[in-house]
Amino acid sequence: MLNKRNPQLNAHGELVHLLSIEGLPRDVLHSILDTAGTFLSVNDREVKKVPLLRGKSVFNLFFENSTRTRTTFEIAAKRLSADVINLDIAKSSASKGESLLDTIANLSAMHADMFVVRHSESGAPYLIAQHCAPHVHVVNAGDGRHAHPTQGLLDMYTIRHFKKDFTQLSVAIVGDIVHSRVARSDIHALSILGVPDIRAVGPKTLVPGDFKGMGVRVCHSMEEGIRGADVVIMLRLQNERMSGAMLPSAGEFFKNYGLTPDKLALAKPDAIVMHPGPINRGVEIDSSVADGAHSVILPQVTFGIAVRMAVMSIIAGNEA
Amino acid sequence: MSNLILDAEALYTELRAGVQGLWRPGMALMGIWSGGAWLAERLVADLPALGKPGVISSTLHRDDFGARGMAGGTDATKIPYSVDGAHILLLDDVLFTGRTIRAVLNELFDFGRPASVTLAVLVDRGGRELPVQPAFAAAKISLPATQKLALARADSGRFSFSIEEKA
Repeated sequence: MLNKRNPQLNAHGELVHLLSIEGLPRDVLHSILDTAGTFLSVNDREVKKVPLLRGKSVFNLFFENSTRTRTTFEIAAKRLSADVINLDIAKSSASKGESLLDTIANLSAMHADMFVVRHSESGAPYLIAQHCAPHVHVVNAGDGRHAHPTQGLLDMYTIRHFKKDFTQLSVAIVGDIVHSRVARSDIHALSILGVPDIRAVGPKTLVPGDFKGMGVRVCHSMEEGIRGADVVIMLRLQNERMSGAMLPSAGEFFKNYGLTPDKLALAKPDAIVMHPGPINRGVEIDSSVADGAHSVILPQVTFGIAVRMAVMSIIAGNEA
Repeated sequence: MSNLILDAEALYTELRAGVQGLWRPGMALMGIWSGGAWLAERLVADLPALGKPGVISSTLHRDDFGARGMAGGTDATKIPYSVDGAHILLLDDVLFTGRTIRAVLNELFDFGRPASVTLAVLVDRGGRELPVQPAFAAAKISLPATQKLALARADSGRFSFSIEEKA
């Protein structure tokens, strides 16, 4: 039986799907991060594989392209000994007119145990979770503007790795927040983990005032937004999502909100710089910052595999 | 609770003598998380010549993962020596079905190819479901499958056993 209040949890409060960070208890988040720490050390073994998902089939359903996220999910599932099937749905059934639930029904008939779903429509992974068999698990790998929970979790893992404690931190999230599911997942996770100062930084067109409702401080000035921050999360300027004239030009955006060494100097001296990738050098981040001493962008990618292993192994071990 | 009294401290003294009997130069000690690791820690404190012990967890190789999900101790495995070619003396508190030993052997082989593995336990409680045989057991008893025998360690370091009826 799924929990009526939160469809990701079963009646015992255990995680059976990962659809969104919103509404998850703090201890569930910490247990995912703790488990991820374990899987990071699997890389130090001679055999870099554990048999937790042996005999299970994980279907990567990417209705929207993403090489990096799909690859890290694939590596994570393979490290857990699952069989991984990658479906580039954008080019197959959906383009022939098959409905989402028909696609899922067909794949379930092929004995899928887990779906990793990316979809341009917010809520698509919820729909799948509500209609799949009780033994099948769903991981949201990004739905519309709504959520990208594993990215949020790997960001939290990265912050905990470098900063240890969440309860004293100032975290600035900078850039195209309105289009960003990463920003929404990060904001929910930071709030749940007790970060007292979360700032959403960017121009009015990309950071509407209604983000205040999520418990963040909205800053339209980069200087104000970044001053004294422990963590700076830069977001990619999503050209492909930009319809209409939300910005004068990419050059103008970089001048005001691009992270340069000068602007980074306003943050704490030991601040870390994060980015979910792929980065646009010279659009939202200067090359010298992306490659500089404060940047933890590549460790984020490594942690992402361990976090996805943790999520998949935890939900696979819990019954709906 | 059962009426059976197991004196864990007395059995530990037996185990220590047993381990000394099995020990050969060049061996490496390995305790199974968590009870076996406590025993290894105590043995090394008593007999420093045994060297720094490793700790190994069965969690990532358990055969009841599907029913129990992720259990504690996932990050417990810590091996301070090379497993390749090592003669390993494996310690656990209670030997029951043998399934933990099977899982631990798989975990161990993820780190390399040991030359040999020898098992010593505090209590062999019977009920084996796999062909696993200890080289030394400080006590052999027979408990019904409905009872759970667990080693506990007090803040003072003293060991004790509890027997509980499984829910």
